[in-house]
Amino acid sequence: MLVESLVLGGLIFAIGTLGVIVRRNVIIMFLCIELQLNAVNLTFVALSRYHGIEGQLFVFFVMTVAAAEAAVGLAIIISIFRHYQTVNVNHFNLLKW
Amino acid sequence: MLQVAEVADSPGGWEPFLPGIIILLPLLGFVVNGGLALSAARKSSNAVRAGHEFDFFEGTTATTHRLPTWVGPGVMLAAFMLTLVNFVGMLGAELHEPIIRSYWTWISTGDLEVAVAIQLDQLSMIMMMIITGVGFLIHVFSVGYMRDDPGYPRYFAYLNLFVFFMLVLVMAANYAIMFVGWEGVGLCSYLLIGYWFSDKEKASAGKKAFIVNRIGDLGFLLAIFLLFLVFQSLDYQEVFRQAPDVFVYGGPVVTTVALLFLVAATGKSAQIPLFVWLPDAMAGPTPVSALIHAATMVTAGVYLVARSSLLFAMSPLGSAAVAGIGVLTALFAATIALKQNDIKKVLAYSTVSQLGYMFLGVGVGAYTAGVFHLMTHAFFKALLFLGAGAVIHSVHHALHRTHKDCDAQDMRNMGGLRAHMPITWITMWLATLAISGIWPFAGFFSKDEIIWMTGAMAGAENAPYSGLYTIYWILALATAMLTAFYMTRLMVMTFHGANRTGVKEAEHLHEAPRTMWIPLAILSALSVFGGWINVTADLRASVLGGFGLLPMSEWFHHWLEPVTEAARAVQEANLGELAHSAPFGGGEVMWGLISTSAALIIVFGTVRLFGKREVTVAAEDVQPQGFSRVLYNKWYVDEFYHRWVVDPILTTSRFLWRVVDATLIDGAVNLIGNATRLAGWVGSLFQTGQVNTYAFFLTVGVLIILSVIAL
Repeated sequence: MLVESLVLGGLIFAIGTLGVIVRRNVIIMFLCIELQLNAVNLTFVALSRYHGIEGQLFVFFVMTVAAAEAAVGLAIIISIFRHYQTVNVNHFNLLKW
Repeated sequence: MLQVAEVADSPGGWEPFLPGIIILLPLLGFVVNGGLALSAARKSSNAVRAGHEFDFFEGTTATTHRLPTWVGPGVMLAAFMLTLVNFVGMLGAELHEPIIRSYWTWISTGDLEVAVAIQLDQLSMIMMMIITGVGFLIHVFSVGYMRDDPGYPRYFAYLNLFVFFMLVLVMAANYAIMFVGWEGVGLCSYLLIGYWFSDKEKASAGKKAFIVNRIGDLGFLLAIFLLFLVFQSLDYQEVFRQAPDVFVYGGPVVTTVALLFLVAATGKSAQIPLFVWLPDAMAGPTPVSALIHAATMVTAGVYLVARSSLLFAMSPLGSAAVAGIGVLTALFAATIALKQNDIKKVLAYSTVSQLGYMFLGVGVGAYTAGVFHLMTHAFFKALLFLGAGAVIHSVHHALHRTHKDCDAQDMRNMGGLRAHMPITWITMWLATLAISGIWPFAGFFSKDEIIWMTGAMAGAENAPYSGLYTIYWILALATAMLTAFYMTRLMVMTFHGANRTGVKEAEHLHEAPRTMWIPLAILSALSVFGGWINVTADLRASVLGGFGLLPMSEWFHHWLEPVTEAARAVQEANLGELAHSAPFGGGEVMWGLISTSAALIIVFGTVRLFGKREVTVAAEDVQPQGFSRVLYNKWYVDEFYHRWVVDPILTTSRFLWRVVDATLIDGAVNLIGNATRLAGWVGSLFQTGQVNTYAFFLTVGVLIILSVIAL
């Protein structure tokens, strides 16, 4: 069971990473980050079966942080949208020198 | 303020009276006058900045003028009085050991212990008398001479500071403190030569004096280091106590020390090869030339040799070098003085020449005679310079009144001044007779003793370089004759013959004011009688000594004995008895008669023959031809130095600046800077501002790290 769980977690993580890199829609990128987080959660749970309860404990932490992140992230996205009238990430290139 | 940490036992039961205060008085004068100068400068610069027309003389009231007039000479008078009290006390005390007052420790590191300590003995006492006495007279003279100068308080501040450092130099009890004074007088000399600093030529004359002196100072420093290495101490007493045991007579170390001290002395005392700064130093005010560049500072080298007499006595080579440098300089400078037309330049070269005599004296082991000539020279050369100052003052005023544009220092523009300035004329003649070595004036006794001792050295039993000393003796005699000629020429060109200032100008010529001629009169009395304190035994019994009637004769010799006896003992032990006749026969009396009558003949002959000659005024005069031209141009020494010393240094410096510094070093630094910027620019290309890109690099980075760990 472990191998299948880990492969699934890895796949979901890879899909999430790829999504962050290639997609231009901020909402989609945001969803992909959630995907990555949950892939990690899946891995934690799968491994906790062999290494003890800490893995499952961590999942709760991650979910808490993810909820907070979602709240802040969505707020940022909304304010960006109000400013530019778009959520295409190509327009937001101020993050440089 | 001063705490006497340790009072040495004073033999003879005599306690010096406030010796530290003597040094501090001129410093007090410097502080007061300096403060006034600063406040005056601030006032004027504020006025100029505010756009007002500023009249420098507007503020010459109580603070900037009247106060320095009293403070400047006042502290000098007080210092002189204190010195006099101590001098009289020492006269009765029969001191055999110097009295040392140690105040506090200045440097304490490892084996090196340098105390701020002063030493009172017969030599430093004589120097203090000269410095404060002649210094006071020159300060008084300055009151009249500098009256109209806007920098009046600054002038007195510098002058007081100079006296302070000079006293430090001669009163120091160790070489380190002496070096403090040595450097300090150099600084003051620089400040006063460039006193009129708005004139570029004068400012650079000061710079030249300072730089040339630095070369000599290096010798002094190296000598100090060497002495410390050998003795672990810099105190005179300690060094001289150990020297006879530690040094071998004529050994390499003591000779090195002597030669290094000689380098130092040639710088400060303007001897070959470092004499070039002194003639240029005449750019300063004339009383400064009298005080610093004739009477006191330039004799510091002679003082150094006399103070270290034991070391020089132990090094026959060093002594012979001192004497050789001295006599060559004496002759060389005298030949240049023959053809100069600037009254101060003649006196400057004359000073160099007389300093050469002093070096000859201390070089042949006649330390007393050298110091004696130092003293008489201080009298008559200060008098000559002050007299020249009075002349320049008068001529300058006359030319200024009539707005005539010509050089107030050029003797070709003078002539016939005796009718206008009789006091200056008479006093300067007395000084001229003294410097020419005519009996019974001061210069005769001191110069004659030096020449005599040179001859005696040549004939000493085991004298090394005996032939050399014979040559020195001949050169010294010849120089004495040249001296008589060029000084008489100066007097004739300035005071005799027809007046060349112009008819209108002649009306404005005037005798010096009282503050100026009274110092002249006092100095002329000293120039006449000052030599009588040291008449040698042979002379004393003869006609030249008034058949034993001169009072105080030979006093000076006994006075300095405690200082020079160690050196004399070394000399006697190694050289044997000195000769009792000159190299080609004849006793001291005979040669005294010969030299004084020869000088007299030259003086009279010059007045007769030269007085008839027509002198062309400076504006119409041409450069002389032939050998005279070489002398007129000072043997082209300055040009030679420029070509072979200054220019190569400048070229090297320019190479180091343009090629090594600007190209190589700056290039390397700039290269590193530019490379960093280039790398930064390349790096910034990856910074697109796109979140996706960043995420991509992040992922790649993580993958790389993971793969490294995994593999």
